[in-house]
Amino acid sequence: MEKRKVVSSHAIPFWRDIRVLRVVSQIVFLVAIAAGIWWLLNNLQTNLRNSGLSITFRFLGDTAGFPISEGLTYDPTNVNVYAFLVGVVNTIRVAVIGIVLATIIGTLVGISRLSSNWLVRRLAALYVETVRNIPLLVQLFFWYFAVMLTALPLVKDSISLPGSIYLSRRGLYLPSLVPTASFSVWLWFLLGGLALAIVVYVLRRAQLKRADRPGIPIGWAAIALVLVAVAGWFIVSGNPLSIDLPVLKRFNFEGGLWLSTPFASLVLGLAMYTGAFIAEIVRAGILAVSKGQTEAAKALGLRKALVLRLVVMPQALRVIIPPLASQYLNLTKNSSLAILIGYYDLLNVGTTIFNQTGRAVEMILLIMGSYLTMSLFMSLLMNLYNRRIKLVER
Amino acid sequence: MADERRTLHEVKGVLPPPSERIPVLRWLKQNLFRSWFNAILTVVAAAVILVVVYGLLRWALTEARWEVIPTNLRLLLVGTYPLEQMWRVWATIYLVVFLFGFSSGLRGGLIRRVSAGVAAVPIVLTVLPLPWGTRGWILGTAAAVAVGLGLGYLGKGNRWSKRLETAGWLLSFPISILLLNGVGGFLPVVEGRNKWGFMLNLLGAVVGIGLSLPVGVLLALGRRSKLPAIRLVCTAYIELIRGVPLISLLFMASIMLQLLLPANIRPDLVIRAMMTITAFSAAYMAENVRGGLQAIPKGQYEAAYAVGLKGMLTTVLIILPQALRAVIPAIVGQFIALFKDTTLFGFIAILELLNISRSILGNLEWRGRIFELYVFIGVVFWILCYTMSYVSRRIEKTLGVGER
Repeated sequence: MEKRKVVSSHAIPFWRDIRVLRVVSQIVFLVAIAAGIWWLLNNLQTNLRNSGLSITFRFLGDTAGFPISEGLTYDPTNVNVYAFLVGVVNTIRVAVIGIVLATIIGTLVGISRLSSNWLVRRLAALYVETVRNIPLLVQLFFWYFAVMLTALPLVKDSISLPGSIYLSRRGLYLPSLVPTASFSVWLWFLLGGLALAIVVYVLRRAQLKRADRPGIPIGWAAIALVLVAVAGWFIVSGNPLSIDLPVLKRFNFEGGLWLSTPFASLVLGLAMYTGAFIAEIVRAGILAVSKGQTEAAKALGLRKALVLRLVVMPQALRVIIPPLASQYLNLTKNSSLAILIGYYDLLNVGTTIFNQTGRAVEMILLIMGSYLTMSLFMSLLMNLYNRRIKLVER
Repeated sequence: MADERRTLHEVKGVLPPPSERIPVLRWLKQNLFRSWFNAILTVVAAAVILVVVYGLLRWALTEARWEVIPTNLRLLLVGTYPLEQMWRVWATIYLVVFLFGFSSGLRGGLIRRVSAGVAAVPIVLTVLPLPWGTRGWILGTAAAVAVGLGLGYLGKGNRWSKRLETAGWLLSFPISILLLNGVGGFLPVVEGRNKWGFMLNLLGAVVGIGLSLPVGVLLALGRRSKLPAIRLVCTAYIELIRGVPLISLLFMASIMLQLLLPANIRPDLVIRAMMTITAFSAAYMAENVRGGLQAIPKGQYEAAYAVGLKGMLTTVLIILPQALRAVIPAIVGQFIALFKDTTLFGFIAILELLNISRSILGNLEWRGRIFELYVFIGVVFWILCYTMSYVSRRIEKTLGVGER
């Protein structure tokens, strides 16, 4: 055995030995990549030196000096890095609201596509095929420039809806809740209620598990939370929250909650577009559950809604979750189209900072880094959830 | 077969199978009014459809002023492409359409149905109020399909014609680009490449897919490589690109590329956009191809080794042809996505269809014709994307990808 090995290694010249080739080819590959990167970086250094710049992140501490009309409380005298943070929060805001709405639209339309009602089925298919095959940007432009900026009235003759809601070209004005002096006391009740809700959830879950019954006792937990919160509301002296109504002043509304037109168009466009893709995923997921499962559940005497909730959905979710996660990621990435309709998301703020300071490399690193972090974080969450769902499988 | 069965029924007095046709009333009951909840749904859905259709029709027939479209049609479709050079655009279209005809003559099946569609479009288009010269050019495309079809039939069975077909499709790509752009010395180079309107959307998608396919295949193979260094670099590239939005890459291309390249290399806007979309698309392509590679059973590799093929030859001759065949629908899907994404070119001041429509809106004469223009753009994209997704679904069926 020993002898044969020696002979064979002598018989193969080193340039045909797979072990040598492996190492050599990897070294060659890495050297080529490194050379390419070195060439690019070298060019970068030369170009930067020629224009008298160097790479530093110190400019982030300078005054931003440009306005951002929505998001966190912000003033043009704030520093650049805070302005960027406002942009990041705005992106997250759009992404979260968009994801929630897209999921609702997607689930409804996806189930409608399998409805036994011919008209509903056709209508859902029409929606999906129309929305999916038109570029998102065209839809966003349509909602923003065509619908919201031309079809809606000016601020002074806003459409007023019941409940002090005003709709105009400036956006949507809603009543908002403002904490009063007694809010901090009531907050303790809220936290206590939350703790109780968690306890109730865990106990009930354990009870269900012992009885070997499926189900997520979220309803029980919610009841506990609401009961404590309501009790606290009456115990605390004075209302902890007051309602702030939007009021039309000379040029604009004051008070209340303001959702700008770009924000509304962006959320609407993203939710409708992604919703169409999610609908297809939901439909495929439900179809993937074999018919025998539904029939067996029906034979056991489960009602139609229960069949869907207890038998079909848990199995369909396993098929649905992975592509759904990538749709959520797509929505988050697509929210960068905000820059083209003037919403201050992270890309928009980032490019504005670049225009003000001329710091190209640093801003691109920041922007790319932010998107990558969000993407990685989200896929991490989804992978965790996916693993939990998979554990159900035997 | 049917005749035999009928005689059997007549002879033995066996009842014929129940008719497939359901009376209208029963169909209504089964499909629209099965339960009270269903009936409510039907009424609501019908109301929605009526309101939307009525509103759309009333607007389209009475309020809309459609003359903005035909007046600016050339601007929308080919932008500032000079009128005296328009024959080059037509020549490109004829070349592609001819190849469609040739392929369908040679093969038949799905491609023939697509070609029939390609030939039918010009006949429909001539209804539009266009100048007679343009109508002539358009009708010519139908003739080009017919010529291609005839030649394809003639070449059927000839082993050279299939090679000719492949070569034609492969060469049509560089030929079209050289024809449109111009070659120094032969054809004058057309200036203002960033203002070609809808042509840029089409070119962007075709170039993006065409160039990203080889890169994507290499990346996919690299990601599945046994050598850790190669695997790591390829994975990092794919995940980095897939983690950021295309528009931020375009932003990077518009301001970063001139910093990363030496001072004497300054690619123009369109080249930059094409490079970006290729780099972007390659990462997604790699994931598609990887999906195809994973679907190849291990036996294929083992059989190839058993026959004595080496690693490289196994990949090229045995694995890739099967893997690529399986991912054709995914590649078509990516083509559609890329085609839609080309509207983002407007972000770096390229006048593609969407952006050029905004410059038309800036013209006082057409101010406020925003609905008409956006509806037109939406319909153009919709028709092309829907057709492609239909074709892709048919391919999926013929390949039997779903069943395997």
